[in-house]
Amino acid sequence: MDLQIALLLGQDGVVNGAIYALLALALVLVFAVTRVIFIPQGEFVAFGALTLASFQVGRTPGTLWLLLGMGAAVAAIDIALALKSGARRRIPQIAFWNLVYPLLAAGLVFFANPQQWPLALQVVAALAIVVPLGPMIYRLAYQPLAEATVLVLLIVSIAVHLTLVGLGLLFFGAEGSRTTPFSEASFDLGGIIVNGQTLWVIGASAVLIVVLYVFFERTLYGKALRATAINRTGARLMGISTVMAGKLSFLLAAAIGAFSGVLIAPITTVYYDTGFLIGLKGFVGAIVGGLASYPVAAAGAILVGLLESFSSFWASAFKEVIVFTLIIPVLVWRSLTTHHVEEDE
Amino acid sequence: MKFKKTLVIAVLASAFAAVAHADINVGVTVSATGPAASLGIPEKNTFALMPTTIAGQKINYIILDDASDTTTAVKNVRKLIAENKVDVIVGSTITPNSLAMIDVVAEAETPMVSMAASARIVDPANPKVKWVFKTPQNDIQMSTAIVEHMTNSGVKTVAFIGFSDAYGEGWFQEFSKVAEARKLQVVANERYNRNDTSVTGQVLKIIAAKADAVLIAGSGTPAALPQVALKEKGYAGKLYQTHGVANNDFLRVGGKNVEGTFLPAGPVLVASQLPDTNPIKKVAMEYVTKYEAAHGKGTTSTFGAHAWDAGLLLQNAVPAALKKAQPGSKEFRAALRDALEGLKNVTLSHGIVNMSPQDHLGFDQRARVMVKIENGAWKLQQ
Repeated sequence: MDLQIALLLGQDGVVNGAIYALLALALVLVFAVTRVIFIPQGEFVAFGALTLASFQVGRTPGTLWLLLGMGAAVAAIDIALALKSGARRRIPQIAFWNLVYPLLAAGLVFFANPQQWPLALQVVAALAIVVPLGPMIYRLAYQPLAEATVLVLLIVSIAVHLTLVGLGLLFFGAEGSRTTPFSEASFDLGGIIVNGQTLWVIGASAVLIVVLYVFFERTLYGKALRATAINRTGARLMGISTVMAGKLSFLLAAAIGAFSGVLIAPITTVYYDTGFLIGLKGFVGAIVGGLASYPVAAAGAILVGLLESFSSFWASAFKEVIVFTLIIPVLVWRSLTTHHVEEDE
Repeated sequence: MKFKKTLVIAVLASAFAAVAHADINVGVTVSATGPAASLGIPEKNTFALMPTTIAGQKINYIILDDASDTTTAVKNVRKLIAENKVDVIVGSTITPNSLAMIDVVAEAETPMVSMAASARIVDPANPKVKWVFKTPQNDIQMSTAIVEHMTNSGVKTVAFIGFSDAYGEGWFQEFSKVAEARKLQVVANERYNRNDTSVTGQVLKIIAAKADAVLIAGSGTPAALPQVALKEKGYAGKLYQTHGVANNDFLRVGGKNVEGTFLPAGPVLVASQLPDTNPIKKVAMEYVTKYEAAHGKGTTSTFGAHAWDAGLLLQNAVPAALKKAQPGSKEFRAALRDALEGLKNVTLSHGIVNMSPQDHLGFDQRARVMVKIENGAWKLQQ
């Protein structure tokens, strides 16, 4: 193994690690705010990538039907509840986000022929279809159980994951897809060829992490999410709606997932079930951060990426074994160095 | 929609099975979901195209999905035998499922036609295999074709990269055995997962090994990943794939990076390019025409053709069995098994079959051709 190979492997590891880092952040965010271990996180990666791929081959993405269907379900439940409790004023808002918006998206896809659009617009359209699924899933699957134990929420997560994977197979078929890269450029840095897409992945991940930091530190909604994460009851007494916090965290998680999918779709083939493994590796990163610390989770995810890349060179048959075995020493180390924190502390 | 339709057919079929015992019931288990879905879906679609009568007898196909899962496959077979009283089992799509099903069908004395590749499924050393037949070519036939092609075109060293599962492992064993016998040196042996997003490490190692050619043992679109990575890293040697990639989605995902790739395949893949003198052409074209009429141009895959071939075996064996016993009886199942074992010179879409007690596959060299990918299409090599 010479320096050039090491550099190439390092580059590969950092690119994959950047994606895992984004997913790890989303997992930490969702867990901190709602105590949900969000296993379906990876499905958003696949949905984002495959929706974009569908646009590029001129097919109507199946996720659009999912958006229409889930929107209708959410609208039916929420409007019925609003009528029952007499909060008629909320009905127009509910109807807009869950019925009008999906119909607008569908109309746009059917009549404006997204295959002709520039790539940036296709990406925006893919995100516009996939991201709203996040809060809708929260509304349908988790909100009625918001006060349940972590274990119950985990079981719900597995159910949601299996449902979404099954829908993915139905929508996109068993075979994978690739999309056109954001940039065809490649640079020669001292004998190492760096692809434009690689820089896009690393750059976009870094920007997204900074944006998340600013969001949590500087904005009212970000602070509300943090407050809910630290103490749900206290935050509620301060007038922060836990339902809003839950939906917002799922919206962010879905956005991060779908955007990660859009980023990796040009450098690898994405299948309907690709997301699970990517999400799982992000989860290993999140575990390194104890499902609580954002910077440690991101660093852990980069570590997973590097470990994966180098082990694929030395012992490709045992790559996954090596990556997932990382969890054991990390758990031992964490249980030795940290004290158990009660949930309502 | 299609799933619903098959479901309805299956439900109807099982309802009829209870009343009309004279019909022949064919129990099918395919991997239409899960990791092998890209193989199982065309197989499932193929059963809808099969004739509904053989020699005047009505045929009911009862199709179940085993989700590429061994336990489900075995459960399906038990259900088909116990509840639907099937006369023959067709399935499953993949080797682990088919191997697990052998015990069940042998115990129930029901013939089974597998659509999975491994030679172990019909290994004559196992007495239970008496009841088991299969339609896909053995890996050894395919790897011999690859090694022959390599040595004929001056390849001295070869690198191997395959799935880190039974498929990749099986291929490595068969391939390295043949390669050793033909003085071809295997200089690298790498593995990757179907769902991996990057194979940079493995590819760098292969390039460092300076092999004249690389064999990629994967199936469907995941097999494109190492090839794309090799091309991107500037690998200039010859590239070989296995017959597992023979569907058009592979060409779509691989794009210009899979140009010039060689692979062995069943003749059905290049049916229209076969010489008119080849008897396989007519049978293969019939399947391709039927499938594409129902599912659109360019949708046929060699996997669906394995299911079609299973149907052809039954169409050839059932008339003989009907002379001996009535469907639904133990005698009929035994007669059907004997008839399958006695098939001689039956032309399938993948080759010509001559069954014997030692050989429950029955294919010879005519069951494979070398194919090159040219201008985004499969091109028959002479």
